[in-house]
Amino acid sequence: MREEIIVSGRMNEGVDPVLHAWGWEIAIYLFLGGLAAGLIIYTAFYTLTNKEKKYFTATKLTPIFSSLFLIFGLLALFIDLHHKLFFWQLYTSINLRSPMSWGAWTLLVITPLIIILSILNLKELVPVVNFSKFKILKLIVIPTSSDVINWQWKYAIVVKVETFLQKNIKAILWLLLGYGIILGMYTGILLSAFNARPLWNTSVLGLLFLTSGLSTAAAFIMLISKNKEEIKWFSKVDLVMIVIELFLIIHMFMGFLASTKVQIDAANMFLGGQYTVVFWVFVVFMGLILPAILEIFEFKGMHVNHKISAILVLSGGLILRFIIIYAGQNSRYLY
Amino acid sequence: MRYAMAIDTLKCVGCSDCVVACQTENNVPIGFCRDWVVEVTDGTYPNLTLENRSERCNHCTNAPCVRCCPTGASHITEEGVVLVTHNKCIGCAACITSCPYDARYTHPEGYVDKCTFCYHRLKDGLLPACVSACPTKCMYFGDVENPESSISQVLKNRKWKQLIPEAGTEPKLYFLI
Repeated sequence: MREEIIVSGRMNEGVDPVLHAWGWEIAIYLFLGGLAAGLIIYTAFYTLTNKEKKYFTATKLTPIFSSLFLIFGLLALFIDLHHKLFFWQLYTSINLRSPMSWGAWTLLVITPLIIILSILNLKELVPVVNFSKFKILKLIVIPTSSDVINWQWKYAIVVKVETFLQKNIKAILWLLLGYGIILGMYTGILLSAFNARPLWNTSVLGLLFLTSGLSTAAAFIMLISKNKEEIKWFSKVDLVMIVIELFLIIHMFMGFLASTKVQIDAANMFLGGQYTVVFWVFVVFMGLILPAILEIFEFKGMHVNHKISAILVLSGGLILRFIIIYAGQNSRYLY
Repeated sequence: MRYAMAIDTLKCVGCSDCVVACQTENNVPIGFCRDWVVEVTDGTYPNLTLENRSERCNHCTNAPCVRCCPTGASHITEEGVVLVTHNKCIGCAACITSCPYDARYTHPEGYVDKCTFCYHRLKDGLLPACVSACPTKCMYFGDVENPESSISQVLKNRKWKQLIPEAGTEPKLYFLI
């Protein structure tokens, strides 16, 4: 028999008895960041391939949501910081070995870019403004004689900047596509960089989070789109992402079980341990398999409300982030 | 120059003087500790073995906390001591989750805190507080790159182990067994 106790007593807050350095803030950020990354990738991809008319929601409307998700996600990250007033120190250095460092720089580029794209889309989203009803708008815009788009920015400098940005829209979209992929993956890579937490220490996590982000983003477009063709296409995309995600989950567990004792222990938290039910029921069955079945039924012509599968996918993605964050901190080396 | 510490698990009686010495010397906030004593009992009565280990930050050569730190607040000095620059630390806790020894914690003032090998004392030629206070003189501290130092000598002549070397951290805490 082996008994190991800390005889001097140790109860460091956040570390003992089990590590609890990160809580809901990080899980929420991982979810919102992944969702925004997925939406941004779709927006950039379908705009660059000239499918704006076909997928209007995905290309024109979602940038506003992506911006909001990123802002709320960043807010959650900021709440999590303990030395808040020093947050700017993130931007005094680039530490290439720290995924959190290049993640911070990625956010610094992608957040303004997607906000800019949302503003550039405004003329197409709200071509006609009712000036008599919203008088306050006259502070920033002025009416024009045109019937198609009846407003223009009030200040000449804004119009100038807008024309410049519109000219370079392709560059913005390519940047968004590239940084979107980095944003979708880096959170997983960040967790996988912690070899002290065997559950996170798998390189599958980056791809898993990217796929989950793309899947939840497709579900989100299904949820808010009014265009039948668009909904159908994105439920197809979602189905592909779900299949890839299921493969990656199996891949991850096979990797754990074929690895060292600590990673086998990490996998066992999900294979009989305390996270078994919540993971297999809420993430795998209700968040992946069930929506996939519903989507297949729909393609077969059965009448299933697509919003049900969309909501299931979104909740599955959120629960996945929570479980990974909490279970990861329970997995450790014992010595 | 590479500072390291060796703890004689056969001499240590587990009195926790090192813990109190550290808390006093470094003004460690109430309820926290930078070092701690682990007591391991093995076997069944009457065949029991006991091991006492005074543990702290391992000042790893391949420190995951330094690698994961996004701002460079966690750094490693040329003497091989792992330190946190308080006003560069944003309190993101990446280093806390990256440490396989759970040696770090968030100070109530917001920055991350841990054992410094009493860096401020080393500059004055003093030993870390825990080493100075140890009543059984079971701790050795010094430069492992200098073959003449007391720690190099004791590591040469005694059997020792490190904690989870398989984590690849190259820890600089040696436990004499």
